[in-house]
Amino acid sequence: MFRKVLVVAGAGALALAATGCSSSKSSSSSSAGKTESGPVTLTYGIWDAKQKPAMQQMADAFHAAHPNITVDVQVTPNADYWTKLQTAAASGTAPDVFWMSTTRIGLYAGQKQLMPLSDKPGFDNSPFPKSLNDVYTLDGKQYGMPKDFDTVGLFYNKKLFDAAGVKYPDATWTWQNVIDAAQKLNDPGKGVWGIASPDWTQENLFNTMLQAGGYAISPDHKKSGFDDPKSIAGLQYALDFVTKYKVSPTAQQMTDTQPDQLFASGKVAMFTDGDYDLPEYKAAAGLDADVAPLPAGPDGKRATVINGLGNVIYAKTKHPEAAWEWVKYLGTKEANEIQAKTGTVIPAYNGLAADWVAATPQYHLQVFIDQLKDAVPYPVSKNTAAWSKPMQDTLDQIWGGKIDLQTGAKQIADQMNAALAKE
Amino acid sequence: MSAIESRPAAAGSPAAAGAAGRAEAAGPRGRRRGRLNRARLSEWAWGYVMIAPLFVGLALFYLWPIVQSAYFSFTEWGAFGGQEWVGFKNYSNFLSDPQLPRATWNTVKYALIILAGIPLSIVFAALLNQVHGKYASLYRILYFLPVVSMPAAVAMVWRWLYNGDYGLINYLLSLVGIHGPHWVSDARYTVWALGVVGIWSSLGYNMIIFAAGLKNIPRQYYEASALDGAGRVRQFFSITLPLLSPSIFFVSVLSVIAGLQMFDLVLMMLGKANPALADSKTIAYLFYEDAFLTNNQGLAAAIAVVLTLVLLALTAIQFRLQKRWVHYG
Repeated sequence: MFRKVLVVAGAGALALAATGCSSSKSSSSSSAGKTESGPVTLTYGIWDAKQKPAMQQMADAFHAAHPNITVDVQVTPNADYWTKLQTAAASGTAPDVFWMSTTRIGLYAGQKQLMPLSDKPGFDNSPFPKSLNDVYTLDGKQYGMPKDFDTVGLFYNKKLFDAAGVKYPDATWTWQNVIDAAQKLNDPGKGVWGIASPDWTQENLFNTMLQAGGYAISPDHKKSGFDDPKSIAGLQYALDFVTKYKVSPTAQQMTDTQPDQLFASGKVAMFTDGDYDLPEYKAAAGLDADVAPLPAGPDGKRATVINGLGNVIYAKTKHPEAAWEWVKYLGTKEANEIQAKTGTVIPAYNGLAADWVAATPQYHLQVFIDQLKDAVPYPVSKNTAAWSKPMQDTLDQIWGGKIDLQTGAKQIADQMNAALAKE
Repeated sequence: MSAIESRPAAAGSPAAAGAAGRAEAAGPRGRRRGRLNRARLSEWAWGYVMIAPLFVGLALFYLWPIVQSAYFSFTEWGAFGGQEWVGFKNYSNFLSDPQLPRATWNTVKYALIILAGIPLSIVFAALLNQVHGKYASLYRILYFLPVVSMPAAVAMVWRWLYNGDYGLINYLLSLVGIHGPHWVSDARYTVWALGVVGIWSSLGYNMIIFAAGLKNIPRQYYEASALDGAGRVRQFFSITLPLLSPSIFFVSVLSVIAGLQMFDLVLMMLGKANPALADSKTIAYLFYEDAFLTNNQGLAAAIAVVLTLVLLALTAIQFRLQKRWVHYG
């Protein structure tokens, strides 16, 4: 009985402390001007249902500390997310806070749809890698609070490697090792391919272009790198698996059955992929796989693109202060720890990646973290969507054998440069 | 709301127009008599009240958007709203789009394939007409099932059937020694592959219309012709086909409209990243790309307007031509 009373009293004290904490916060922000009294409900737009439990856990923890603010987590599937968001933003009804990608930040920040975070009270981006802060910064103002990051690794099927008697890939591997291994592993009689080399950019081509010493977009985001001979060498390396060595499924085959599905079902021995596809491989029955760093290019250059999501505030939100409190919380160590323990995304917060690595001991996930030193920001500009679609369309044509690589690469460069000139 | 509106809109609009016509016809006559009696006035009012739910919904969700689209086709959109008048620029951009000839050809080809499926529906409807007893409704359900299935689910299943390496169709072909192609990722086959799915999914609906048409043909004609010595084939071409022609006309008008608006199968079965997509796009797919992928709503509206005008023209031509081959009763 006595113990029960103590617990209740303790809970009451906690609640008091929590309200005290939040009231002191709201009073501090009241000095800035308008303050809402009464409860506020924020909408938080995300696109990945697999991450919803973690987001909800963060929202609940935030609500406990700020009883006046409730966060409503709303999932819109990725396929419709940007269409819906753009329509909502045009009509002034976008969520108060939502997920942003590096490919769209230029458009949304450039068109004044987002609230700058860097001039908010208590803004601190020091716990995050510089590359992640940079992609969410436009004209000296940071608009996105980094949420997570991803890099690309070389996934390989251990069973197929053992059967072919090929040594597992490691950090010493170069392009030539991959080509040799793919040829040994390739076994059309058994329906096994040495490698899957699709025209996917983030997982394949942006990396091979960098490893060859080329680039997709110049560092000042003004010029396309697709017509650079070194970039073309990187594209050629990836295309050769399909057309020259014939150790990769064709574009048609990888359209009918996605390369990640082929890898998960044991039809493909090697596949370069981002850490975000890990849940699919962990769940694949009978797949005994691991991951190694991406191979080095012909001159020993190592590279992977790094990409990551950010949390942003809608410029026309009715609750700018509550929204900032929420985004500020999302940038805390506490919130990022919740993300790490879900085991699906690498939190952006420095030093928490180990928790994510530990969540899946059967894979050497440290590879994704170690590659940070070779990481190059995902290629973007102010209006990435204006050139990324024609780029992908042309790559589809090259991989499908409709146009040759030289012509196609030149075409992409011309289209990109024309789009970049308009920015 | 829209479900309630669409039903009377499809079935009842001629009746509504008739009611309005009667009310107006009564108007001048009343005025000629020199006064409007109160009862007649309230009858009018009630008439308008009765059609209001239909008309307001129709105006709000069909007519007003059509007017707006026509206006938007002369504007250019910012990324987050705001329109600027650009005159006929969208139209000239659309008509000079290098993708247009190919997309037009694909659209026409697709519509022709769907039209070619009509004889198939007639044959199936005639066969189904012969089936009596407990299996009749089973067959009807089986053939009608594709019509009520969700297009997305249909597309997913067909995509797997068509899979070049692991699909059922190519597996069956391999049993007779044929190495099947990549049906939905090789541009030489995509339009045909989609056309087959289009025919398959519209077969049930067309069959229902033809079955109803067949039931309306009086048996006496067949009996009389049999007495005159006509065989089954002769009966089919001399009695069934001419008397079925109103149904054939109706189905072909709908098929042309559906064929020229072909979009969902391209998106769902081919997908956005497909080496065959560039050569398989239809006009409605170009509209989708501009409206939702490249955010060029003005251009998309122009495409929609052009497509609507083309459909109106084709339907008008079909209505003119029907005098030559459609027999009513």
